[in-house]
This record gives sequence, C-alpha cells and structure tokens, in this order.
Amino acid sequence: MWSGTPLFPESASTMASRVDSLYFFLLAVSVFFSLLIAGLIVFYAVKYRRRDPNSVGSEIHGGLVLELTWTIIPFLITMVIFVWGASVFFAMARPPDETINIYVVGKQWMWKFQHLDGQREINELHVPVGRPVKLIMTSEDVIHDVFVPAFRVKADVVPGRYTNLWFQSTTPGRYRLFCAEYCGTKHSGMVGEVVVMEPSEYQTWLSGGAPEGSLASAGAKLFQDLACNTCHRPDAQGRGPVLEGLFGKTVRLQTGETMTVDEAYVRESILQPAAKITSGFQPIMPTFQGLVTEEQLLELIEYVKSLQALPQVQTR
Amino acid sequence: MATVILPPRHYLNDGYGIRSWLFTRDHKRIALLYLAAVTFFFFVGGAFAVLIRLELATPAGDLVSDETYNKLFTMHGVMMVFFFLVPVIPAVLGNFLVPIMIGAKDLAFPKLNLASWYIYIVGGLFTLYALVTGGVDTGWTFYTPFSTVASTTKVIPTALGIFITGFSSILTGLNFIVTIHRMRAPGMTWFRMPLFLWSMYATSLIMVLGTPVLAITILLVAVERLFHFGFFDPALGGDPVLFQHLFWFYSHPAVYIMVLPAMGVVSELVAAFCRKQVFGYSFVAFASLGIAVLGFLVWGHHMFVAGQSVYAALVFSILSFLVAIPSAVKVFNWTATMYKGSISWDTPMLYAIGFIGLFTIGGLTGLFLAAVGLDVHVTDTYFIIAHFHYIMVGGTIMGYLGGLHYWWPKISGRLYNETLARISAGIIFIGFNLTFFPQFILGYLGMPRRYHAYPPEFQVLNVLSSAGASILGVGYLIPMVYLMWSLRYGRLAGSNPWGAVGLEWTTTSPPPTENFAETPVVTWDAYDYGAPVEGHVA
Repeated sequence: MWSGTPLFPESASTMASRVDSLYFFLLAVSVFFSLLIAGLIVFYAVKYRRRDPNSVGSEIHGGLVLELTWTIIPFLITMVIFVWGASVFFAMARPPDETINIYVVGKQWMWKFQHLDGQREINELHVPVGRPVKLIMTSEDVIHDVFVPAFRVKADVVPGRYTNLWFQSTTPGRYRLFCAEYCGTKHSGMVGEVVVMEPSEYQTWLSGGAPEGSLASAGAKLFQDLACNTCHRPDAQGRGPVLEGLFGKTVRLQTGETMTVDEAYVRESILQPAAKITSGFQPIMPTFQGLVTEEQLLELIEYVKSLQALPQVQTR
Repeated sequence: MATVILPPRHYLNDGYGIRSWLFTRDHKRIALLYLAAVTFFFFVGGAFAVLIRLELATPAGDLVSDETYNKLFTMHGVMMVFFFLVPVIPAVLGNFLVPIMIGAKDLAFPKLNLASWYIYIVGGLFTLYALVTGGVDTGWTFYTPFSTVASTTKVIPTALGIFITGFSSILTGLNFIVTIHRMRAPGMTWFRMPLFLWSMYATSLIMVLGTPVLAITILLVAVERLFHFGFFDPALGGDPVLFQHLFWFYSHPAVYIMVLPAMGVVSELVAAFCRKQVFGYSFVAFASLGIAVLGFLVWGHHMFVAGQSVYAALVFSILSFLVAIPSAVKVFNWTATMYKGSISWDTPMLYAIGFIGLFTIGGLTGLFLAAVGLDVHVTDTYFIIAHFHYIMVGGTIMGYLGGLHYWWPKISGRLYNETLARISAGIIFIGFNLTFFPQFILGYLGMPRRYHAYPPEFQVLNVLSSAGASILGVGYLIPMVYLMWSLRYGRLAGSNPWGAVGLEWTTTSPPPTENFAETPVVTWDAYDYGAPVEGHVA
C-alpha cells in the first residue's frame, strides 16, 4: 500500500536543503515538547488519580521561578527559530545578480511562460540545471500562486503588479508545479511541470523553436505598431523621455520624488502615464490600458530593457 | 448524602410556551437558544466536511463537480467559522455562566442579549439562503479580486449574512464587558474571578474591537461587486492585497476569539477535576489579555508569499513568535496544576487532557508557519489545514465539549451516561488525529489546499484522513444521543455533582431564573479547595 506513497518531498533546488534543515530542527523541538507535555500529563493523571472521592489536591498556588523558566526558555528557542527562518527568507527574497529571467503570466486556469529568446510554453517550464532562474510574474485576472514543492519555493502572482520568484535547480527531472492560491472553478487543474535539463539539452531546446524571434524584438515591433516611437525618440527631440539606457536608472519626477525604472514603473507608465510624470515633460501620453495584453506589456518591457544608452546622446 | 431532588422552581419550568422561550430575557434560556442554533450550524458545516472527505478519497475529481467542490469547502468554512466556532463558547457557555460565576442575576443588558440571538439567526438565514439558491465558491476568505469580479456565485447574500452576524458578536462582547465590570457580587474582585471569566473578557475585547473591521471589509467587497468602485480590483485602480490586510486584521484575532474561550474552559476543568488552584493564576489570566493584544499585531503572517516587503514580513514573523509565548505559558501552567492534584478521570477531564495535547501540537506547528523561510513552502498547503484544525477542532471543539459535559448537570439538572461519554471522548480523540495528522505530511509533501483533484501519490494519506473523518463524525453523534437522552432519563445531578467550587455550584441544578436565592458575598479566592469536599454522586 505504501509503495509510491512518499512521506517526504524530493529535493531539487539549492533552497530545499536549507528549508529542510529548519524543518527538522522545528520537528525536533516539537517532538520534544509534545512528548514532555504528554508524558507529564499521563504520568500525573495516573500517579495522582483520585483514590478517595473526598480528597482534594495539595495547596500549591504557583511559583515565580517556574513561570520565568517556561517563559524565557520558549522565548529564546523561538528567537533562534525566528533568526533562522528570516535568514532562509532573505536568501529566497534576494536573487543572485546573474539570473535567467523568464516571464510568467497566470490566468484562469493556465500558466504561460515566455523566455527571453522568444519561446512560449503553457503549463510547462524548461530550465537548465545549476543556473539561477528568476520568474517575473503577473496575472491577467485573479491572484494565482506558483508553487514548486521540490524547490520549496512559492510566490503569489498578483494582477496589476510584478512579483518575483527565483530558484536554482540541482537535479535534472520533471517536477510538479501547482497553483497554490485558490483561483476559481478549475483551480486544481491549474498545474504544470518544471522540466530541469542538462545545459546542453537546454541549449538544444532553446534553439528548437522561437519562430517569432526574441521577446525584445517582438517588443520592438509592437513599439512601432503602437507608434510609441513617434514621441520616444533616441535623439532627445521627441515629446517623451528618451528610453535608451533608461532601465535601471533613477529618474526625477515632477513631484520632486525619484524613482528607479523597473518593470513595475514601465508597466505603470504604459497603462497610467499620468501617474508619475518625469520632470520636464508634459502629461500628454494617452493610456494604453485595454490596448495591450499582459504578454505584450512584457514584450515592451523587455524591449525597453534591451535599449542600450547611445553615445553622444544627452538624456534629460 | 441527602437524597437529590429537583428544585421545585427553576429556569426551565418558569414558563413552558414557545413565547416563554422566544421572548425570554433570561441569559440561561438565551444560552439554550444559542445551543440549539450553533448545534444546527455545526451539523450543516459537518455535512459539508463529510462530502469533502468523500471526494478526496480518490485522486480524480469524481464524486462532485469542481464547482460543487469549491462551494462545499467555502460553505464548510463559512458555517464553521462564523456560525459555529466564533459564537459557540461565548454565546452558549459564556451566556449561561458569566452572570452566575460573578454572582449576578443576569447580564447587564438582557434585552440586548436576546437581540443578539435574533441578529445571529437573521445572519444565519441569509447565509442559508445563499446556500440553497446556489452557494458560494470564494473560499471563506473571500480573496479579491476573485470575490469581487470573477466569482459568479452568491457572494453578496453570504457576505451580508456574515456582516449581520458580526453585530451579534459585537453586542455579546459589549454585554460581557459591561457585566464583568459592573455586576460582580460583593467581594468578587477581579483576581477572585474564575479564569473562564478572564478569557471571556479578553475574547469580548477582540469581538468589540475586531469585528467592525470585518464588517467594513465585507461592505467594501459588496460595494466593489455591485457598483464597481475600485477598492481591490487593480483594473479599477484598487489593490487586491489591501483586502488581505483588512480581512486578516479581523480574522487573525478571530482565531483567538475561537480559542481563548476554550482555554478558559480548560482552566476551569483542570482546576475542578484536580480539585486544586490553577497553577500561576495571574500568569494564566494575563496570558489571556496578552494573547488578545498581541493577536491584533500578527495578521501579516498570512501574507508572507503575497508580495509584502521583506521587512514587514520579518516584523510579523517576530510578533507571531511572541504571541506563541503566552499560549505556551498556559500549557505549562495547566500541566503544573495536575502535579499533586486529586485527579478524576471523568469525561470533562478527558476532554481537557485531549485539549492540552492537541493544542500543544497545534501551537507548535504554528511555529513552523511563523518561521518565514519555512512558511513559504508550507503555506497554502494541507499543512495549514492540519495546523488550524488542531487549533479549531482539537482546541476549540474539545474545550467546548469538555465544558458542555462539565456544566451539563447544571444546565439540565441531570447526569448523562458517563461510560458512553468517556467512550465517545476517546473516539473523537482517535478520529481527530487520524483525520488531521496525515494532513501535516501531505502539506510538507506539497499538496495544495482547496484542490478538487490531486496527484495519485497523495492518495494513501488522503484515504487515512477520510477514514479518520468518518470515525470523528460518529464521535460527534454519540454525545447528541446520550445528552438528549439524559434530559428525560438521566439521574438527578444535585447542585454540585463534581464536588467543585465556584459560585455556579452553590446554586441549585438547574438554577432558579434569578440564579441565586440571595446575592452571594464572596470571601474566598477562585478554586479554593482548602478543605475536603463532598464527593460527587456518580
């Protein structure tokens, strides 16, 4: 009966062993205290069971030393767990500098993955073993959540914003991917697989098919089609800011605030251009809300990222 | 020992017609009205649980459709949380006992007390209406934007039912706070009060301060759904995560609304069945207040993977560890109370022991979830389901059943069949663990919650869980039978069948409508077992 019934999940990422160590520590703490309490209760219940129906217990009202002991010891143990849990969480929240970026769009009830080279996949995600991978995720409708138990990672996929999740797989294979935030009727069908491949196989797979070219090139085409290029010109003569070399830089807004240009900022500037106007420009750009899909937004963002700063051009 | 006779005049024979019940202002009769209502909702919610566990016996979604399954777990959660777990101990045991334990004739506002029962019933009817006209599929958590833009089910009637019922909680809390402040008998100082009253007081504070936030949140959901105001839907300029902040600002403290009263009951049970002062009375009392206050500051631990800032997550993590400390202090104090006690193995004590064991496991697994880096893996899986059922079912329901058995002779004037009661307590304990322990393993394996169908490698553990649920269901039905039976055929209890101290045991069973022939004057501390007491009649 138990064959094929795992009691512990497989481990296939650099994070898995760190999470498991903390898990085993907590398991040890829990087993110790559960047995301590259960043992004492059973021992006392038997030893001090009522033999004479009229008897009463001893007059003991309490003891400060004991109270302090069982306040301070659990406090110290929980602080150890806190620091340990926090350090694991920091590692999860901070991806390494060099990552393979893959865009994820969740919708009821499927996962769409877009690789920078242009490959698109549904409910299946191919990644190379041993390389850090960062997923940049958003949703077309309600909140979803990417969860890969073998990697011990999980993050909500929220409409209207980008969330990140990174992992570095350690073993080639196929691993289950679940939607872990309830999203409606076919929530339990919103599942897929992460396919971890040897780097050489991954290269073969990558070169296998991207008929439409890279994500950035699709963005470039869209940039023309939507006539973004009439105002956002590389020569600083347009009515909008120069986008070349802009991504990752800090810009000053009309309000005097400064902003780092990241995915969320570019997205907002396309959908609600008037929300954060760069200092020195007029709020004349129309909104593209409803005109571009989440996937097209990602193409545009990737195009903006790809624009290198041109020499001799003065950016405002 | 004198022959036990029923008192000639008591609250149950003070009027017989239906009007004498529906228009009563007697807190004891209102407690019984609540008892009938919460028991009804418990079995409705339980019926949904049965269907959920039957569906999950096989990996494929084959018994009910996915849509139906989603409605089942939603209605199970809604019924159990808002219509059973939140009101059960305060509205039934609290209503019956708060005035008696402080030596008062009734609550401060008897009409308000009856009004809160009617409000509860109206709220319940709204939700039942939603149920029979199609149900709701948002999960009991109503996460946006799913609940406001995507779901096509009866979100508004359900939410309105919860909104209305919330006012019943607020009024009950208000009534208890005023009663405990103003109506204590002469000599009943704060530190002579039974610990059950401290827990009721702490619970009432949360009800009064937290429930309005839930009401506002529900209203915002309804307004966004009906009139497309952009509070939560990003397409309308709202923030979906804002909903989670508002929802959990109430719903985490609500966990303590559900478990603090059970802790109060267990303090009473441990003292009465060890015939001993609760070890560290003031530490246990202040632990209740500490939990009530800290409980308001930990809501963000439900959102570690929702994209809040890393530093916010760390603050919520450390506060969540801190709120675990007073709970641990209580467990140690109950255990220490047993040392050199005169321990009886009567049914209520079995429930108290069961509570301490299960609550310990529930509390310790809470530490797994407070540790941010580990929570990321187990949140939204069956680990969460197992954890909160250990607290809600293993804690609250065990505490409630223990209290119901302890005070049943006082409520009804009669004794139930002790043998059957012990057997069913054992059945519930075994059935509970078989149902929910495998879910911890499933959760760490990665089985997500709210899944209608699941991968085949999870089946064996799910079958164990479903088998346990059927045992648990039987365990809950048996007390229904013998408690009803005892109402007519049970032996008379007499005023103090357990040989316990406490004002409620100084009056007759059942008590007269005005509770005491004369207002008692209290000159002793709670749990004053200084001298040998007369053994109970069983």
